[in-house]
Amino acid sequence: MDAVFKALADATRRELLDRLRAENGQTLSELCERLAMSRQAVSKHLAILEAANLVATVWRGREKLHYLNPVPIGEIYDRWIGNYERARVAALADLKRALEEKSDD
Amino acid sequence: MTEATKPQLVYVTEIRATPEQVWQALTDPVFTARYWYGTRLESDWQTGSPILFRKPQGEPDEGTVILADPPRTLVFSWKVNFGPLQGEPASRVTFTIERAGEAVKLSLVHDEFEAGSKVYEALKGGWPGILAGLRKTLEG
Repeated sequence: MDAVFKALADATRRELLDRLRAENGQTLSELCERLAMSRQAVSKHLAILEAANLVATVWRGREKLHYLNPVPIGEIYDRWIGNYERARVAALADLKRALEEKSDD
Repeated sequence: MTEATKPQLVYVTEIRATPEQVWQALTDPVFTARYWYGTRLESDWQTGSPILFRKPQGEPDEGTVILADPPRTLVFSWKVNFGPLQGEPASRVTFTIERAGEAVKLSLVHDEFEAGSKVYEALKGGWPGILAGLRKTLEG
């Protein structure tokens, strides 16, 4: 999970994920278009995204196609939305208890 | 639309398990029911054999094992027999299991959709949850 957060902690890499969300299955060349950055730099960012499993790749002949892989982000959501819900329920329970104690006075 | 740009769904997940455990989770109906929204995948998993996808309700989906190479590669066709999706021809699912250090990298490619496929749109939302559930089933 560290790899996922490190990979997401960079605006260029988030931009690459946005571009794949808009159009999945792009090659390195396609992803380099309109990015003011060297091919090598983009390639390095993609490697970090791939290592974190945020990008999945498939070879088509000699071309590597890049796909946004939402599975790790879904797992982060599941992990903390669950806890957040429990925390909210606990907070409401505390509030209720506090109010009831007050009315007992 | 050219051959090269046909839509395909591509996902990957890493699971702390052995390749054999992942293979079992993909091919044992008791396991598949736990993460595949209650669907039991029934087959003898020999190349060429039929597959039935028994859902909690409705007609089962049908498929054929295109290639079974345990515990590495599983390729099958899948014809969805669900309401508005049932008129579409079968699409193709490829699972690849590779060791990745202490874990296993499970890759999924779902392709050979017809143009404007509704199954593609439906599975786009479904696969991430199925894969996350598969991982949870194995990792506990």
